[in-house]
Amino acid sequence: MEAAVFASRASPLPHSFSRLPMHLRELFVAHPAQRRWYPLVFVIAALVLLPLSVLLLSWQSIDTQIWSHLWDTQMPRLLGNTLTLIVGVGVGVTLLGVSLAWLTSLCEFPGRRWLDWALMLPFAIPAYVLAFVFVGLLDFAGPVQTLLREWFGMGLRLPRVRSTGGVIIVLILVFYPYVYLLSRTAFLAQGKGLMEAARVLGQSPWQAFWRVALPMARPAIGAGVALALMETLADFGAVSVFNFDTFTTAIYKTWYGFFSLSTAAQLASLLLLVVMLVLYGERRARGASRASNERPRVSALYHLRGPKAWLASGWCLLVFACAFVIPMLQLVVWFWQRGRFDLDERYTGLILHTLYLGGMAALITVSVALVLAFARRQAPTPAIRAGVSLANLGYALPGSVLAVSIMLAFSYLDRELVIPVSGWLGGAGKPLLLGSLSALLLAYLVRFIAVAYGPLENSLARIRPSLPEAARSLGVSGPRLFFKVYLPLLLPGTLSAALLVFVDVLKEMPATLLMRPFGWDTLAVRIFEMTSEGEWARASLPALTLVLVGLLPVIGLIRRSAHRIG
Amino acid sequence: MLARKRLLTALALTVFASGVSAADEVVVYSSRIDELIKPVFDAYTAKTGVKVKFITDKEAPLMQRIKAEGQNATADLLLTVDAGNLWQAEQMGILQPFTSAVIDKNIPSQYRSSSHEWTGLSLRARTIAYSTDRVKPEELSTYEALADKNWEGRLCLRTAKKVYNQSLTATMIEVNGAEKTEEILKGWVNNLSTDVFSDDIAVLEAINAGQCDVGIVNTYYYGRLHKQKPDLAVKLFWPNQADRGVHVNLSGIGLTKYAPHPEAAKALVEWMTTPEAQSIFAGVNQEFPANPSVAPSPEVASWGSFKADALPVEVAGKRQAEAIRMMDRAGWN
Repeated sequence: MEAAVFASRASPLPHSFSRLPMHLRELFVAHPAQRRWYPLVFVIAALVLLPLSVLLLSWQSIDTQIWSHLWDTQMPRLLGNTLTLIVGVGVGVTLLGVSLAWLTSLCEFPGRRWLDWALMLPFAIPAYVLAFVFVGLLDFAGPVQTLLREWFGMGLRLPRVRSTGGVIIVLILVFYPYVYLLSRTAFLAQGKGLMEAARVLGQSPWQAFWRVALPMARPAIGAGVALALMETLADFGAVSVFNFDTFTTAIYKTWYGFFSLSTAAQLASLLLLVVMLVLYGERRARGASRASNERPRVSALYHLRGPKAWLASGWCLLVFACAFVIPMLQLVVWFWQRGRFDLDERYTGLILHTLYLGGMAALITVSVALVLAFARRQAPTPAIRAGVSLANLGYALPGSVLAVSIMLAFSYLDRELVIPVSGWLGGAGKPLLLGSLSALLLAYLVRFIAVAYGPLENSLARIRPSLPEAARSLGVSGPRLFFKVYLPLLLPGTLSAALLVFVDVLKEMPATLLMRPFGWDTLAVRIFEMTSEGEWARASLPALTLVLVGLLPVIGLIRRSAHRIG
Repeated sequence: MLARKRLLTALALTVFASGVSAADEVVVYSSRIDELIKPVFDAYTAKTGVKVKFITDKEAPLMQRIKAEGQNATADLLLTVDAGNLWQAEQMGILQPFTSAVIDKNIPSQYRSSSHEWTGLSLRARTIAYSTDRVKPEELSTYEALADKNWEGRLCLRTAKKVYNQSLTATMIEVNGAEKTEEILKGWVNNLSTDVFSDDIAVLEAINAGQCDVGIVNTYYYGRLHKQKPDLAVKLFWPNQADRGVHVNLSGIGLTKYAPHPEAAKALVEWMTTPEAQSIFAGVNQEFPANPSVAPSPEVASWGSFKADALPVEVAGKRQAEAIRMMDRAGWN
């Protein structure tokens, strides 16, 4: 039942080269060719290293008073909360994401065709928006409980919404699309032959899932869960709506309350250390499992009937309703009650800014991530691997901490590099980076490179080395090799990556707030302004607009990224 | 060779020379949101022709940005809510003193920095809100009394992470001493009817819905909710009228150390303390004007007059860290 056996049988070309052990293969590869990747990868890594070194420099002096206070009164509770959250969200997104992806990509049941892409829509809703919608809807003073009290009297006591369970559920509903998207692509790419072979060999659907599909999809699932967990660790908006204190809360408290940015940076670098361990663990667990590419499946593998079909539809519908329909309805109600009075011509500008930033950031980030993915494939030397891992770290930091680190790094560059150089060239000697559009786009790049890298690396891994080798032997190389061979094969992954980055940038708040040029307000900025004043109902207007703006690409791209015919 | 250098210089000029700042503009970094400052700035531009550019964000990042920009400053003014934040800005050394007879005349000294680095523009009271269904105003007296046993399970509070609560605690430490204040905070936490909320509006909604009977909120939040829900079963109570008075905080503005347009910035601040600007600035957010000669809006005036705490608001900043530590110890999350 080994994947490689089928992969090689399906392959039209011999690829004895790629089957050689790694250390032997390295002997054949010319080292100068590998070194060509060094400058590019190192420049990208340096870009990420710059803000990270700001964090490391913070360790120069330690404020023992704040540390001992945090340790005595806060840390045990915060660490406990964070651990609970990570375990809860991790298990939840895996169960939800994998089960939904399995159903929509391999089974046939009523409603599958539209649920297939609809289940991706919750990705357009920012975590903080889902959080305030749920709390607003379900808390004691909200419409649901008020109605229930009217029916059953004041004595009615329901489970608390602002609780550990509540925050875990909200984060699962917001972050499961990462796992769904990536494992769905993986299941679809596994091809028809494998699962049918499993069936022929007498495996039940469950056995086939556990023994064939799941092991092969593990890298993709792992990458999705890693993204979801990094988002969870860095989240501040959603947990603060629930007033659920996590490790990230301590970081913000130290900065906003004690005004000790250096202690906040120290805490953030500890968080980063944990994330590095998690990522390392994920890489190790991924181990030698190798994905393969086959022709995409043409028809469903399992036609569910009767109760099974209804269960499948019901499960998908339930998730879709909780994660998307109900929150959207609440936003629409709020919009009608309050938000619509704020609608004015300024929203055109807000939408355009949002789209422009999202589009540009997606373009830049995907291009850079593509370079990294290729470098790691073509030249997997320890130095390249370290550089690539380093470049992926930006995502794990709480947004505000990363934003301020980037801001400090840029202002340092402005002071030490831009101004002297511009003065020397006879310019005005003015700072160029900070407050410019390019600085903001760079900040997005640093933050979201990991989001783009995951899907790209995965789809690149599915291209067997024999394919480009064959192309080379036919005289195709250089740019033509990239555009004629790689790009068509990478298109689904590239689109997924672009979609993820685009929507993440739309939702991004702290870096946009801190580094946007004058007049470049976005929808997220408006949501921040409303929610910071507790005006959730009025935040419905920018939030609804943001979701709608994010929906179009989500729908468009999910349908093109990978789909099954029929 | 020469031609290439000339080309390079020309290129550099186009790239680098774009940032020359015009004299007839003022740049503001603001933690007060767009809709609460734009009307005032628009009025100023209409009156004088001076453009006011601004960005909004939270206080801490804005202050860090001013600090990082240093001598290459973009911002002239830092506009924040809460005196604690302004005091912190002063400590970070990102502001500079500026004296103005106009400001001294318009704004009472307790609402200004003693080093003349910032001035208050509008005032908000952080006061007690109570349910008109379940609480008689006679039952209420002081902030401190909310720690009494008879309020057990009846109190709603906002999170201690909000600077408004930190400032209130800081002034209580100043007046009552640390030991007594910590006891009061523990009493409050003990009396909570539910987990603390993330904003003041939620506290008011909870009182209205019957989840709790009393809470502590900023006055303008009450004003906003009352406008939406005129039949709100919640009213404001002015505590501590027999002793120090109601806790008052402010929204204020400071001149940055390396402001590129200090004179224009000063002129803007002076104008913002005049009656014309004061009624817009306080009016948009249902606050009390910091200029005592300007009457608050009718809605705000309808809440009744009260004795305000005469403590200089700077105390909130000086004791902020102490207050946070105490709130943490008391278990006020």
